[in-house]
Amino acid sequence: MIWDALLLQLGYNATLVSVGAALLGAAAGITGTFLFLRKRALVADAVSHATLPGVCIAFLVMASLGGDGRNLIGLLVGSALSAWVGLWCLNWLTLRTRLAEDAAIGAILSTFFGFGVVLLTVIQTAGIGRQAGLEGFLLGSTAGMLFNDALLIAGGGAATLVIIALTRRALTLVSFDPEYASAQGINVPQVDMLMMGLVMAVTVIGLKIVGLILIVALLIIPAVTARFWSERSDIVVLLAGLFGAAAAYVGAGVSASAPNLPTGPLIVLMSAGLFALSLFFAPSRGVLAAVIRQRRFQRRVHLRQGLLALAQGQPIYENLTLRLLGRAGLVRRDGVATETGRARAAKALRDEKRWEILRRDHAQEPAAELYDGLRAIETVLTPDEIREIDAKIGAPQEIPT
Amino acid sequence: MLDLICEDGTTFTENSLAQSPLAIRGLTVTYGQKPAVFSVDMTVQPGEMTAIIGPNGAGKSTMLKAALGVIPSVSGRVQVFGKPLPSQRARVAYVPQRASVDWDFPTRVIDVVLMGLYRQVGLLGRIRGQHRASALDCLTRVGMADFADRQIGQLSGGQQQRVFLARALAQNADLYLLDEPFAGVDAATEKAIITVLKSLRAEGKTVVVVHHDLATVAEYFDNVFLINTRKVAEGPVETTFNSVTLQAAYGGRLAATQVEQLNQITG
Repeated sequence: MIWDALLLQLGYNATLVSVGAALLGAAAGITGTFLFLRKRALVADAVSHATLPGVCIAFLVMASLGGDGRNLIGLLVGSALSAWVGLWCLNWLTLRTRLAEDAAIGAILSTFFGFGVVLLTVIQTAGIGRQAGLEGFLLGSTAGMLFNDALLIAGGGAATLVIIALTRRALTLVSFDPEYASAQGINVPQVDMLMMGLVMAVTVIGLKIVGLILIVALLIIPAVTARFWSERSDIVVLLAGLFGAAAAYVGAGVSASAPNLPTGPLIVLMSAGLFALSLFFAPSRGVLAAVIRQRRFQRRVHLRQGLLALAQGQPIYENLTLRLLGRAGLVRRDGVATETGRARAAKALRDEKRWEILRRDHAQEPAAELYDGLRAIETVLTPDEIREIDAKIGAPQEIPT
Repeated sequence: MLDLICEDGTTFTENSLAQSPLAIRGLTVTYGQKPAVFSVDMTVQPGEMTAIIGPNGAGKSTMLKAALGVIPSVSGRVQVFGKPLPSQRARVAYVPQRASVDWDFPTRVIDVVLMGLYRQVGLLGRIRGQHRASALDCLTRVGMADFADRQIGQLSGGQQQRVFLARALAQNADLYLLDEPFAGVDAATEKAIITVLKSLRAEGKTVVVVHHDLATVAEYFDNVFLINTRKVAEGPVETTFNSVTLQAAYGGRLAATQVEQLNQITG
């Protein structure tokens, strides 16, 4: 069943949902990366919760005018308007009062969401219009998705991506160094507003599939996942789009493969799965890589310290050091250095002196920067440069046996 | 010709205003109701190096940021090369404090320098080989070419500062404004930075530096601008940088030993 879903063999509606979700995932992942880099990830949570009153008010207005209260475009326009009001309040609180942004986010989020839930309850108990499905905006519902709905999501997602492609340089510069950006003549508040506008757009088009409570996950998780894999912002952005799309596609597929599996939460779980994988297994920034690096480093330190101790005829007390030296064939079982061990020890001591000279030389700064007490000097200097340093040190020192 | 009479009674002609790379008149910046910079006038001399000095919290950095429009000011007029700032942005390069950015940001050294070419490349323009080459040139000037592909978080503080300077160099501006470039950097970096700044001056460019180390003012700079919320003094180092103006700017905050040191430096 799952394979059928992933290969789009589960019929018209499931296909529609999968493709729509993937587009939304890509748009959310890419937009969210800039938000994450600007360190305003939680603003997305306030914006998304602020959509609920708008959805309810739009429904009431449309129903009272005698139309279909569940018209998706109408509801989304309503949600966008109230998200805008929420965002405006948030900005006002942050800029004009002494309230910090996190406190302002908490205040806006809960107030708007509370108001929305009150309206929702009133609508449901009063039995106004055909309100069934309105609560789907909380956690998303793809059951009754129409072709037009999918088209709306696809169009909105594509528009978001085009705007980001056009403004990516300004968005990146403002995220990295707003003061410099401002001195360069970039209108930082305007760029921030644009960023928030994009977040709002993604939130609004994602309401139908993921729901307002979980949309923040689509914006943020792909970005932090992608950050594990690259040190370049442009690549982080692209990866986040890819991860977002993959998680949404698979999540939608899984939810279509069996009845009563919620789409939005499954997409979030898929995304979290990718995050967990990256957290542990990403090269260089991952947890596992860090542990391995740390262990390797520790072993190299022990080996080096052991060699230097041998070179200076000092006793070695640490078991790990002796074990490592023994395993490398540098000391015998009784702790006495072998022929190779003595040669390596002599080299270690000499390298130590060479580094000492090198690090005093300002002209060699990039090389000296690499000093960690372990690195072989041949990896940073040419043989000629080493000979030059050796001339200053004098003849190699005898190693005591 | 209209003469402007300034707070301290000196006069500036419109002509001198037009020639100054950076002329500030009556600049006031407040945090809440408390003024950080109050009605300050400054006239930067073209082709020279000027140090802005004053105690902590005296408004040195604030004045610079407000002049550039990075933070809003309550009042004041700023002219760059005799014209309003917005039309002159391309001629001004700003080096913010190192601590103002997150160095774990996913970007490489070369990418940071390329940000200096932002105006030249444009919003959408492709970054071409020529841009990369000129960014590398700037890194070479600050002795950081070997670090071009490193993630910026792997650099030492001094190296980060030099990358910021390289980004400003990439702009090929006429006026360079640096905020505490020597704060917390190693000796090699300080030497590299001052060498670059002096070479800029030799090219006829103007350099303004927010500076904290009184011991090097006389050695590095032509002019000095003392501020403690209000302007205290402004002029050539030989005539303006002395224990009288320093006491006026720093008040009791200058330790007796420092005063002694300064007396030796300033003669």
